[in-house]
Amino acid sequence: MTATTDKELASVVIRFAGDSGDGMQLTGTQFTNATALHGNDLATFPDFPAEIRAPLGTLAGVSGFQIHFGSTKINTPGDQSDVLVAMNVAALKVNIKSLKKGGVIIANTDGFDAKNMRLANVPEDKNPLTDGSLSEYDLKTIDVTKITRAALADSGLTTKEIDRCKNMFVLGLVYWMYHRPMENTLNFIKSKFSKNEAVMNANLKVLNAGWNYGETTEMFANRYTVAAAKMEPGVYRGIMGNQAAAAFGGHLAITGSSGPGIALKGEAIGLATMLELPLVIVNVQRAGPSTGMPTKTEQADLMQAMFGRNGECPVVVLAAQSPSDCFTLAFEACKIALEHMIPVFFLSDGYIANGAEPWKFPNTASLPDIQVHFAAAREAGDEPFMPYLRDEKLSRPWAVPGTKGLEHRIGGLEKQNITGNISYDAANHELMTQIRQEKVDKVADFISDQTIDTGEESGDLLILGWGGTYGALKTATSILIEEGYKVSHAHVRYINPFPKNLGDLLKRFKKVVVPELNNGQLVKILRDKYFVDAIPYNKIQGQPFMSNEVVAKIKQILD
Amino acid sequence: MTATTEKLTAKDFASNQEVRWCPGCGDYSILKQVQTVLPDLGRPKEEFVFISGIGCSSRFPYYMETFGMHSIHGRATAIATGLKATRPELSVWIISGDGDSMSIGGNHFIHLLRRNPDVNLLVFNNQIYGLTKGQYSPTSEQGKITKSTPMGSVDHPFNPIALSLGADATFVARTMDRDPKHQQAMIRRAYDHKGTSLVEIYQNCNVFNDGAFEVFTEKSSKKEETLMMEHGKPLVFGENADKGIKLDGFKPVIVDLNDSAVSDLWVHDETDLVKATILSRFYDDPADENHFPRPFGVFYVNSKKATFDELFNAQIAYAKEKMGPGDLDKLIAGKETWLVN
Ligand SMILES: Cc1ncc(C[n+]2csc(CCOP(=O)(O)OP(=O)(O)O)c2C)c(N)n1
Ligand code: SF4
Ligand SMILES: [Mg+2]
Repeated sequence: MTATTDKELASVVIRFAGDSGDGMQLTGTQFTNATALHGNDLATFPDFPAEIRAPLGTLAGVSGFQIHFGSTKINTPGDQSDVLVAMNVAALKVNIKSLKKGGVIIANTDGFDAKNMRLANVPEDKNPLTDGSLSEYDLKTIDVTKITRAALADSGLTTKEIDRCKNMFVLGLVYWMYHRPMENTLNFIKSKFSKNEAVMNANLKVLNAGWNYGETTEMFANRYTVAAAKMEPGVYRGIMGNQAAAAFGGHLAITGSSGPGIALKGEAIGLATMLELPLVIVNVQRAGPSTGMPTKTEQADLMQAMFGRNGECPVVVLAAQSPSDCFTLAFEACKIALEHMIPVFFLSDGYIANGAEPWKFPNTASLPDIQVHFAAAREAGDEPFMPYLRDEKLSRPWAVPGTKGLEHRIGGLEKQNITGNISYDAANHELMTQIRQEKVDKVADFISDQTIDTGEESGDLLILGWGGTYGALKTATSILIEEGYKVSHAHVRYINPFPKNLGDLLKRFKKVVVPELNNGQLVKILRDKYFVDAIPYNKIQGQPFMSNEVVAKIKQILD
Repeated sequence: MTATTEKLTAKDFASNQEVRWCPGCGDYSILKQVQTVLPDLGRPKEEFVFISGIGCSSRFPYYMETFGMHSIHGRATAIATGLKATRPELSVWIISGDGDSMSIGGNHFIHLLRRNPDVNLLVFNNQIYGLTKGQYSPTSEQGKITKSTPMGSVDHPFNPIALSLGADATFVARTMDRDPKHQQAMIRRAYDHKGTSLVEIYQNCNVFNDGAFEVFTEKSSKKEETLMMEHGKPLVFGENADKGIKLDGFKPVIVDLNDSAVSDLWVHDETDLVKATILSRFYDDPADENHFPRPFGVFYVNSKKATFDELFNAQIAYAKEKMGPGDLDKLIAGKETWLVN
């Protein structure tokens, strides 16, 4: 056995990349779980094609999974990776630009044969493994296919089945490199393939083979340790942002989709606004318009949530900032919908939905109460029931079918205030329009104030973000502060209504920059509402912000 | 189902809202018949919910002293399914028009029928868009001249009964606004059926499509042009009850009862889907020579198919039995957790 040296690192970014059929998402998820159990803080970024079976070996078919983990607080999946696992030439070609100079490449040589080169449009004489173009990197070439086939020669499996185990070899090797515990993945394989012992054993064998390869070859001089992060004590789990019509009958109605689906639901959202019933609408935003780029992130549905319906149709709009915030804010969305009898938009995005982070989850006893009141039954002599009589929140009674004496009719036609009868009265329509707006505005009395996330309470520049850009903006702000800039970061989670103090907070900074993954939406609302000369900073590529590009942009504005 | 102590009357089911259909509209009769039937069902008012889409017909819930929702064009079916699934103890009725059910709501219409929640769907078919002032609808006859088809419609119309049978509906009936007794009987049968009950009601829009069903509803031609189906009875029609339908293999033929015995006639069997399908195709233009009379009554009943609300709630009950009642804390914690000290 060769002696390897252990090196201690504060944080590492690894990108697993291969063909869609190479199982990179599973590899990444397993590595993530092992890393979470090891006690590191982490953030992940899966980036995969929308096609379930994208064309084999091509650039379009490349599937990637990036994980950033460390002993310090981790806010983003990392701008650039330290290690790139490339299962084929297409994966290398697509991802090499985001590998740090001097970074490690683990390349599966079998994925660089003539056929793969042709599929990835790489000229025959330009094999990157041999033409010297990767000289600035630490290149490790391994014929993963050959080793896997050899290891499973007498497994009784077909070549196709054997080749599907390749990702386990890589996973085992990377586990070895970073001293990760393997139990979790061993158990996962055992339970996933419990009905097919041959496949189970094959996966276990190849996973161990990967580990042993690191241990026995002289390819790697170093192994790395990344100590557990100092996190708030408590019980944690991993959380992804995506784990997180019956309102008339007395149930909370929840519907979820992305932009195109929300467009289809628009008329029903208008109806719920008119009926003043509790409804939560979840929109996991992706690049649009129309079908756009499924699986790619964007923040371009804010205007749709705010205004994308016919008529004056205000609804409450909340936007989560991270996978774990999805829980907090989804709970808040339900609470507001039920307590204010109002539709609430809950915005997430592809980046949050697919990303993962450790989450110190609450127990239900610690969650605030949600107060729900149903209107009580009435007897013959009682005053007639008034379905649009309001309380101090301006919300109307929830009168569910089956309750004696509460028979009433509601619908999409304009209502007379208090009685709820159909009304075409001019003054009443204006009154009702104002009431529906005021009802949304009043929610501001029940939400928490806007806080500064990073930096001082005043200064030269405020970075004001919303949604899934949280981590990148936070990291960028910390870098800028370290370099002496008077910059702060605030992240809005309540967009309609805004927290009451937001206007004052904006005034305390000389400049306000609003980075968004769209063509400028929150910035328009802020300018309209607070008359601030907020500066838009937009990226519309279906990809999240990198911290370093935010840093560069802010410097450009300030210098 | 709770029994009420005092017996309700039709008036108890009339809301205080002014009815705003055109004078002479067939919708009035349907409102009256529903209000007449409901008191006989022995249920308190608060257990009834009427959900409608958009159209003249869909204004119906406003006039009923029950719970009601005037919802979205073509989507009452979806809202009613949600309500019935979560509140199966309620008596849920859907009110719709030919446009509402078969243009914009065509998709929801067929999915409601195949899912079979225990709701009643009354389609007021006037073969026109009434509320929007007289455009052709998916049941308008080919060649129809309307505001949107000034040179005559080129569309082939839907046959709502055949469409419903094709969507595996479990109760399919047709009635007409001008026959109160028959209408009441069909509404009652619809209520009694467990599963989705589709009742197509021929309704005269005297403003935009007056007389569309005249040959079936006018006394002078009704007996000759309609076939009133009754379970277990031979299919007889004609001015003097002198004609009948016989089955020659799968081919229906009209016979003259002066030459043929009643005992040779096709005896109506509501439970026979094949025969119901043949009857649904009696959809000829009454102006055609040798046309079949238009059938009214119950075409088909299948009382064996489970309802959506039953299956939906049984599955929840089964899940609870199998996995225990929901434990929110367990759900939040997920499968894997770790402790940070
Ligand atoms: C989404 C949408 N599209 C169009 C309309 C306009 N519209 C209102 S009623 C109607 C047709 C109604 O026809 P039908 O269902 O036959 O009802 P009737 O008025 O004849 O009873 C249409 C097209 C609408 N309300 N909503
Ligand atoms: S337009 Fe026709 S369907 Fe509508 S209310 Fe008038 S008569 Fe009835
Ligand atoms: Mg109509």
